[in-house]
Amino acid sequence: MSSRRRSRQSEGTSRINDDQIIDLVSKLQQLVPEIRNGRSNKVSASKVLQETCNYVRNLHREVDDLSQRLTQLLGTIDADSPEAAIIRTLIM
Amino acid sequence: MKQNSIRTRFACGFLRTLKRLPKTRATSPSTSPGEISKRCRIIKMAADASMASAVGPRRVWSRAVIRRIRLQQRQRLVRRTRRGERKKSGKGVGGGAGQTACLRKLVPGGENMELCRLLGETAHYIKCLNTQVQVMRNIVDLFST
Repeated sequence: MSSRRRSRQSEGTSRINDDQIIDLVSKLQQLVPEIRNGRSNKVSASKVLQETCNYVRNLHREVDDLSQRLTQLLGTIDADSPEAAIIRTLIM
Repeated sequence: MKQNSIRTRFACGFLRTLKRLPKTRATSPSTSPGEISKRCRIIKMAADASMASAVGPRRVWSRAVIRRIRLQQRQRLVRRTRRGERKKSGKGVGGGAGQTACLRKLVPGGENMELCRLLGETAHYIKCLNTQVQVMRNIVDLFST
């Protein structure tokens, strides 16, 4: 793990926190496909954080893109068309 | 909290919100870029709001999203200029501060969390973002046929 700041807490407490952090980082590793599908060897924590940031940014972009597509689709739905009727029944 | 129940609550809430959007009439000139980007913002806000309320207030990130959206809605109504975000001077950040800076900006409410909490919130946030993307993709496919 990369360098960590020495906490003012006792040695025992900071060791517990480090284990928690290692555990949480490995959980993140499982969630991020870049790391999960790649090498199965241990990945450094800073790499996990980096890939996590990239992954979250990608997900944000996908949500933006999907919102745009929805905007276009909803805009083109003619209120009286048969598709609109089907969609209305599904929504209600 | 299981992702399935979050997914269902999100899908229902989001679809209900979409239903309430003002319908665009085929004859009205609603294709101006300004109009389109305004509707896009509304839809994105609806998606984030539905997601956050499907998760509920038990997570720091969902509370932060709801706060942000309420603030944005108030600003739209009152047309105030946007206030800068208050920076709380919290306790010192846990280890790896330089590397966690970008994560803190990406995860809602992440600025002042200590490291352990930040990592846990990030994991949950990623799971929910995946759910959001899946459901929105399904809806887009549905509307595209």
